[in-house]
Amino acid sequence: MTDVQRRFSIFSTFFLALIFIGFFQSWNVALGIFNLCLISATMALGVNIQLGYAGIFNAGVMGFAALGGLSAVLIAHPPVSETIKLGGKGILFAFMVLAVGSAIIIFIYKSNQTSRFKKITIPLIILILLVLFNLIGSPAIKRVEAFEPAATGFLGGLGLPILFSWLVGGVLAGFVAYFIGKLTLGLRSDYLAIATLGIAEVIIYFLKNENWLTRGVKNVNGLPRPVPYEVDLQGNKWFIEICERYNFPLIETSSIVVKISYCLLFSGVLITLFILSEIALKSPWGRMMRAIRDNEISARAMGKNVKARHLEIFIIGSGIVGLAGAMLTTLEGQFTPTTYQPLRFTFTVWVMVIIGGTGNNYGSLIGGFLVWFLWVEAEPLGLYLVELLTSPLSDTNPLRIQLTTNAAHMRYIMMGLLLLLVLRFAPKGIFPEGR
Amino acid sequence: MDYVNALAIITNFILLPGLTYGSQLALGAMGVTLIYAVLRFSNFAHGEIMSFGTMVCILFTWLGQSYGLSLGFLPTAILFIPVAMFFTVLYCLLIEKYVFSYYREKKSNPIIFLIASIGVMFFTAGLIRFIIGPSDQSFNDGVRFIFNVREFKAFTGLNEGFGLKTSQAITFLMTIILCALLFFFLNRTRTGKSMRAFSDNEDLALLSGIDPNKVVLLTWIIAGGLATFAGVLYGLDKIYKPFIFLQMLLPIFSAAIVGGVGNPLGAFFGGYIIALSELFVTFAYKKVLGYILPENLEPSSMMQFLATDYKFSVSFIILVIVLIIKPTGLFNGKTI
Repeated sequence: MTDVQRRFSIFSTFFLALIFIGFFQSWNVALGIFNLCLISATMALGVNIQLGYAGIFNAGVMGFAALGGLSAVLIAHPPVSETIKLGGKGILFAFMVLAVGSAIIIFIYKSNQTSRFKKITIPLIILILLVLFNLIGSPAIKRVEAFEPAATGFLGGLGLPILFSWLVGGVLAGFVAYFIGKLTLGLRSDYLAIATLGIAEVIIYFLKNENWLTRGVKNVNGLPRPVPYEVDLQGNKWFIEICERYNFPLIETSSIVVKISYCLLFSGVLITLFILSEIALKSPWGRMMRAIRDNEISARAMGKNVKARHLEIFIIGSGIVGLAGAMLTTLEGQFTPTTYQPLRFTFTVWVMVIIGGTGNNYGSLIGGFLVWFLWVEAEPLGLYLVELLTSPLSDTNPLRIQLTTNAAHMRYIMMGLLLLLVLRFAPKGIFPEGR
Repeated sequence: MDYVNALAIITNFILLPGLTYGSQLALGAMGVTLIYAVLRFSNFAHGEIMSFGTMVCILFTWLGQSYGLSLGFLPTAILFIPVAMFFTVLYCLLIEKYVFSYYREKKSNPIIFLIASIGVMFFTAGLIRFIIGPSDQSFNDGVRFIFNVREFKAFTGLNEGFGLKTSQAITFLMTIILCALLFFFLNRTRTGKSMRAFSDNEDLALLSGIDPNKVVLLTWIIAGGLATFAGVLYGLDKIYKPFIFLQMLLPIFSAAIVGGVGNPLGAFFGGYIIALSELFVTFAYKKVLGYILPENLEPSSMMQFLATDYKFSVSFIILVIVLIIKPTGLFNGKTI
């Protein structure tokens, strides 16, 4: 089979499975799964750029996705004018102090003072900055958080269209990735994975606890949508007419239309990113990246700046993950910091990339699609298997009840098995990297 | 100024919990470090192996309790730690046989091992949730305190006091015994020495006739056993939550790296360093300073370096600092 045939047959198998779900479960479910498949594939593309092109093991996927979610809140949520009046100035002032302090630190760091002088002054300034920041910021933060904590208690966002936040999410994640990359990219593979895993946790703790920014564990609900609401559609005369003419059920059709519009938006982003990363992979830049990945020492001997290239790719990949995170928050319409868990985000995305085939963008697509599909369908499948296995037992058998209630966790077992099997028997994934 | 009362507060809120948590981390970190030293990869599944051991222990404890078994003031679970150890070690050996031995023979890149360990982590996490469910389980049926704060205050007549939990005392005792055994084994016995030789230089060890399979087997047995202890002691001290072990993985790795990866002694101290600094940084010193400082200087704020919610992030900050400044760790381990 040629590459094209292989791709065609595997992708069409996936879509057939989706259509099967559409007929046997419902089209709503199928489209819902497919929307998340698209987001997963976007994330997988971002991770593939890091893992596949450059061999960078970024275990901080979760953190960057959450930063994307944060940007959706900051851009799209309408501003809460009362809290801004109460604490906006104080918080802004505290951050200005922080910025000035950082500038001073950078200035000292870059200056040609003795290293002993730097070692004493820099920690001292950091300490003073922290105290100052607390003194100035915390009264304002307390005032903000105390204002109607059940309803708002945070500053809100800018009230701009949420689509704008996708771009901002990418930029924000890339910006943070710059600092993380500067800090950690000198480390070797294992350490890098552990360090980034830790930093992602820190980001999540930050989002969970800084209530003035994100409402923390109280979540931000009701983010505006880029597509019409079902209720509006159902009240729309023109829409009702169409439904009546073709004999569609009104409520179901409205939610399908909403899902299709999301689907179009996400596909647009995914296709654009895919084309861009294919071009990048085939360009001299992509060849250089693979050269660095395959033999760092000889690439350095050829005059390539390995550190700068790694940083570059770390920023690009993380930015794409951030964009996908913003898309995810847009789709859900709410920002819930507690849902960001490494098993669900970081490691599942790794599984997607590795199963699809590291270094191959088609692989990331199919990996994202297939793994998310399995992730969702594992629950009904697990339930079915358990019922089949325990069918000789009576309905009240404690073992049967226990297994049936826990069947949803089959998905972890399945992910693990899939990863281990692919790693063992097809280590290059579904679509091996081209030569 | 009243130093004794201040010391009592610190003992109650920092030293005792810190040493307990530190012991649990140390036991976990020694397992991680041993696997790194011999098999040369970071085992991301270690947290789930701890969880697995604890789960087996809980299941047997339930079984024992249904037969009316009890250890009086001690938790029943202690009785079943050896059983849990047996099953955990068996599970580790199965993993070794069906997952890792293949890559070991092929001499794969450490990163492939790491990915495989993530597969094992997923599988084990699913298995645990499948068997015992995702919810919390409390299985400490012993007496909660050896002496509590009130009794301590009545005994000494101080304003402040500290209590010693049964689980804390058990943790200290077990950790001391286990570490003494482990270090005796590694430093004094022939097999232990062969393990260290293998970790130092694989080729030379092979040349001098050390059986690599035996060393690897032993490593898994020790790591699995220590993981069971760490998990059960943690579960007794706090509560058993299946998802907490993935979070514990990070402080455990930090402990191993801070002490120097591949160095069990380093991992031992690393555990305490991480645990104590977590508590020292997030403790509110208001009351302590109230006792130590003269009356007119009493602080009005909480006097906390970092909000309690950021407890877990302390270990990452230490980790990053150590990785940047001294990647070999405090006790000169290997660099990955």
